[in-house]
Amino acid sequence: MQISQEFDFFVIGGGSGGLAAAKQAASYGAKVGLADFVKPSPQGTKWGLGGTCVNVGCIPKKLMHFAAMAGELRKDQIEAGWIDTDIQGKHDWNRMTENVQNHIKKLNFSYKNQLNKKEVKYYNKLAELEKSNIVKLIDKDGGIEFIKSKYILIAVGGRPSYPENIPEIEKKVITSDDLFWLPNNPGKTLIVGASYVALECGGFLNGLGYDTTIMVRSILLRGFDQEIAGKIEDYMMENGIKFIKEAIPINIELTENNKRLVTWTQKGIQHSDIFDTVIIATGRKSDTNKLNLEQIGVKTNKNGKIICTIDDRTSIMNIYAIGDCVEGRPELTPTAIKCGQLLANRLFGGQKKMMCYQFVPTTIFTPLEYGCIGYSEEEAINKFTQNEIIIYHSIFKPLEWNLLESHYAQACMIKLIVLVSTRRVIGLHYLGPNAGEIVQGYAIAMKLGATKEQFDSTIGIHPTCSEEILTLTAIKGIDNPQKEGC
Amino acid sequence: MKIVFRYSYDLFVIGGGSGGLASSKAAAQLGKKVALADFVVPSPNGQTWGVGGTCVNVGCIPKKMFHIAAQLGDYRQDQGRVGWSGINENGSHDWNKMVQVVSNMILRLNRMHENNLKIAGVQYINSLAKLINPNTIELTDQKGEKSIVTAEKIIVSVGARPKLYEGLNPQSYITSDDLFWMRRPPGKSLIIGGSYVALECAGFLNGLGYDTQVLVRSKLLRKFDQQYAQLVGQYMVEKGVKFHYGCTPTKIDGKIVTWKDKNGKESSEKFDTVLMAISRQANTQNLGLENVGIQIDENQKIIVNKYDQTNCPNIYAVGDCVSGKLELTPTAIMAGRKLIKRLYQGSSDIMDYRDVATTIFTPLEYSCIGLSEERAIEKYGQDNLKIFENVFKPVTWNISARNPSICQGKLIVRKDTDQIIGFHYIGPEAAEVTQGFAVAIRMGATKADFDSTVGIHPSAAEEMVQMKKFR
Repeated sequence: MQISQEFDFFVIGGGSGGLAAAKQAASYGAKVGLADFVKPSPQGTKWGLGGTCVNVGCIPKKLMHFAAMAGELRKDQIEAGWIDTDIQGKHDWNRMTENVQNHIKKLNFSYKNQLNKKEVKYYNKLAELEKSNIVKLIDKDGGIEFIKSKYILIAVGGRPSYPENIPEIEKKVITSDDLFWLPNNPGKTLIVGASYVALECGGFLNGLGYDTTIMVRSILLRGFDQEIAGKIEDYMMENGIKFIKEAIPINIELTENNKRLVTWTQKGIQHSDIFDTVIIATGRKSDTNKLNLEQIGVKTNKNGKIICTIDDRTSIMNIYAIGDCVEGRPELTPTAIKCGQLLANRLFGGQKKMMCYQFVPTTIFTPLEYGCIGYSEEEAINKFTQNEIIIYHSIFKPLEWNLLESHYAQACMIKLIVLVSTRRVIGLHYLGPNAGEIVQGYAIAMKLGATKEQFDSTIGIHPTCSEEILTLTAIKGIDNPQKEGC
Repeated sequence: MKIVFRYSYDLFVIGGGSGGLASSKAAAQLGKKVALADFVVPSPNGQTWGVGGTCVNVGCIPKKMFHIAAQLGDYRQDQGRVGWSGINENGSHDWNKMVQVVSNMILRLNRMHENNLKIAGVQYINSLAKLINPNTIELTDQKGEKSIVTAEKIIVSVGARPKLYEGLNPQSYITSDDLFWMRRPPGKSLIIGGSYVALECAGFLNGLGYDTQVLVRSKLLRKFDQQYAQLVGQYMVEKGVKFHYGCTPTKIDGKIVTWKDKNGKESSEKFDTVLMAISRQANTQNLGLENVGIQIDENQKIIVNKYDQTNCPNIYAVGDCVSGKLELTPTAIMAGRKLIKRLYQGSSDIMDYRDVATTIFTPLEYSCIGLSEERAIEKYGQDNLKIFENVFKPVTWNISARNPSICQGKLIVRKDTDQIIGFHYIGPEAAEVTQGFAVAIRMGATKADFDSTVGIHPSAAEEMVQMKKFR
């Protein structure tokens, strides 16, 4: 075995976590290499450097969500006096994907540039562990080389998983890996799943004008605040999305004209319908099965996720892992990035700081956006009991919704979960426009232990939706959450 | 024999705007006998409106609605590129339709406020109030009929009105009092002033398709961070607004405006609308302040102590008419409520005006908390500060050709304590981005606290917790 290069730090996976760790390590003068290789999806889709977020996650998702919202705005534009906006105008899928993909390709290129500038050696090859400090790299033609590294970082992320009960399902459905790169519009679409991926995709597809159905086995957004999940569902239904609840698909067949005949059971009864596209969004699994982890002794759980200590170390001394492929970590870009940077700081910068996963803010970009920090109502009651918490709630109407009479006045909601003993805000939930922008600042305050009184004594910016978070008086269980306007 | 003198009211509030409404309702809810007098003296152009004050009728609310209308037009350049057909990027705007929608909304709010006063138990009197002596008020109604009432305590919350330009006929121009109710499109417009009112109005007028120019005596947003004031102006220029710096108007003759620059050179141009937005003046004339000896400052604003009390012990003042306070709705509301708690519930809680977040709703919005860079340097010295900056491009700005380097954030940090003493953000949804940060900054958040907070991705707000470059 010939070692072609030796590194201080070798990163497997060029996504959010991997890129951040590689660049940070290089900035300390470490000799860094990074291997990124996208195994094509069963439908043949592949993409460039940057990982899930850039190529098949956050970025295209947000741009398509924006595209759908841009369509919704047409009604408001007309009410606000704009002439020559045709509410019946159709959406051109290819025009949108062309623009989105151009941006993604710019990002792929920019990441390559950044690695170059930082002198990180980039391999567009599939990596496998050969020994605990040797990595085997295989290029697209099967050519092999070996590199040696003092430290190895596994940051391979995850890929969509498929239900196991339908034969040859991978040939008949697409996933989020394929959706953003579809060469033709998806048409009448069925989305199977209840995750935020399912709802975000269903949300924008409906907004773009496609007949959209979402099939859900049990509850929506498991793990998230269920009251808010219910309101997200209501809003999506008001906007024309069909939900098939308590149902699982049992068969999918390709029809003569290349459509999909889906058969499902719902409460023991079988139904079927024909769709142009079926999207599976039932979950994601760690992309670790071809890494040769078992041989090397890197422990994983039964879902393939790598088991790590709090300082990101695997069961093998010099091998680390971060991001979506690690057990117990939130599957988010910003946490992977930060975790990667802090790891590099510890390995090469003499620093000690570790990643803190408390009060990490997240946002779901459904048609009505949802931003949250901390405990959901269910989690809070579970951990603290009903008596130890107070929930403040409010239903409000954004000012801009006054343009259009038809805007659903009870759709937006805010909840603050407060500990009775300390008055600390331990859960913040905002359902309304611009959730991502709004929630960010509160995350700092909550990490600092902000109390309800500290929220209330902060003076609002007027007129905004965010200021509503500082003026909650109604208590759940006692008061009606509905408020009057300004 | 004991003679008991009863006042007509426990509390009489003069002015039904943000501060007046909040304090009158708070007092009534405590069981006090409260009346509120609100009367809008028509503008020189005859414009008047209902109860609710500046914010509801001629300020925050209509301003934001018109700003939103202009921004909706701005999205047209993205809509086509994200695939929508049938969007005419150059389609014109129907001003009257927008005014109709917004004024209907304002009328609903007027009715709502009247109703809320009623529900709270406040007697609403649509009359102009004048102080006769510390406990006596003369009320003049719409027909000119007078009546006298007495009150144990009085709160003055008369707010402010646009300042008129000395030497120019007030009817040769309009102000923000008139703009939101104009029943004809403004056409080619000249805005006089460099205040946030001037820039917000110029911004949406330009966005709605009108040829817009701005006459600025010295600089834009004089009391604000100048680096960000420049960026606000720069974006407006990119959008087609024309600025004339160092210029003051000398004559308005029919539709022709003459102005001179700092060298004395005169220019003239014809405009359909001239909007005066130089500053605002406390609405304290004809209030009878001299009858009770209440002191005012050089801008006619009422001087109060830290308990919002004037030098006449039973008379208080809150809101825009008060000297040395911020001219904002949320501070007026909070000040009014805290005042009532102090007057009737034994509270000693006073207003803290530090680190109040504000937003300017210009075409590219600008929000700030704390000190401008100028004030920070003045207060702490350049050597004691670390200034972090980040230029960013919002993800959705990649769809159409937008300026990639105008959105930015700035954090002014004290070297000794690592505390954030100035937060500045210019970019989309500035107000929504900034609000949450205000809670943290009031708690004394440090740069380290910001840095250890995980970002929400993708968002513009996350840029504020990921700043590395500093000077």
